[in-house]
Amino acid sequence: MKEKNAPSEASHAWPHEIHKILKKFDVRQVAYVPDAGHAELIRQCHADNDIAAITLTTEEEGLGVLTGAWLGGQRGVLLMQSSGVGNCANMLSLVKMCRIPMLILVTMRGEWGEFNSWQVSMGTHSEDLLKIGDIKVLRAEKAGDVLECVNAAAAMAFDGATACAVLISQRAIGSKKF
Amino acid sequence: MTKFTPLERREVVACLLAYRKNLIAVTSLGSPTYDVAAAGDHERNFYLWGAMGGAAMVGLGLALAQPTVPIVVFCGDGELLMGMGGLATIGLQQPKNLTIIVLDNEMFGETGKQKSHTGRGTDLQAIAKACSITKTQHLANLSDIDTFAKDLETIDAGPRLALIKIADGETSRVLPSRDGVALKIRLRNALGLGNS
Repeated sequence: MKEKNAPSEASHAWPHEIHKILKKFDVRQVAYVPDAGHAELIRQCHADNDIAAITLTTEEEGLGVLTGAWLGGQRGVLLMQSSGVGNCANMLSLVKMCRIPMLILVTMRGEWGEFNSWQVSMGTHSEDLLKIGDIKVLRAEKAGDVLECVNAAAAMAFDGATACAVLISQRAIGSKKF
Repeated sequence: MTKFTPLERREVVACLLAYRKNLIAVTSLGSPTYDVAAAGDHERNFYLWGAMGGAAMVGLGLALAQPTVPIVVFCGDGELLMGMGGLATIGLQQPKNLTIIVLDNEMFGETGKQKSHTGRGTDLQAIAKACSITKTQHLANLSDIDTFAKDLETIDAGPRLALIKIADGETSRVLPSRDGVALKIRLRNALGLGNS
């Protein structure tokens, strides 16, 4: 994937560091619809015997799965790309009504050097949609922000039961080229 | 399309829960929530009042987090149709302690009894099988249901799906708590977990 990415500020060390943060917070279920930006983190989660890496068919499933995880005493994280946020709208009510400590990590498309204009709509509106669903949104604009934001969001979610999403900007990831 | 005499839903659900001990019941919005509440409120009941399509997924997360506790999801045909991809997600995880019970009246009963897909060609049992949920069965009568109920506490038989054709008769609404936070804390307390 890396050679297909446009030049970016990313060191691409942060997926490994995110995995360390998930371990620190004792995250046991990682549900995801894949995105290239999360590919390395997904690989690490599958290789981790203490984490159930759960492949979803659509992102809204993850909100249900991780609600169940919390009911059963386990912390979870949901990984998706920005277009997946649009699939989550109704299921966000579950998170709100049950005050689930949800942590969502969204890799952004459609906002920085995006070649596929069809990604721009959700790239533009993901943040608003999450906010309408009462999810607290932190934005990591540059690669250097990612770990701080994930740490802060994990603390808010797991220590404070505030459902949080981190939007990892396309600028930090590097825009995809074909 | 219905080949069997449809059963009365309240009787079916009461029969399924008659031997419960440790099992957690997750219910999809609408009638399954009322049916399970009518069988007796319980600290291990988790009622959904919305989030249509999500009940089986809540069951999956619970099953993975609590592998020694039997998890039973009660859902309608409309609910499962909306979250059909979730069957593939469950099939991939193979949680041995998860049972999905489909109360199939072949209609969207809450919204005016519009016909659903299940009476008109869609076979949820076959779909579950095709998603690697290999243990599926149709429970055709109360005797089958009683036998199945006696096996609901097992934690090594899943993932499995049981489908029951139920009648479309009106049932009174038995309304349990709508407070998701309270229901969450009640269940977590029952499992010896914290108050959050």
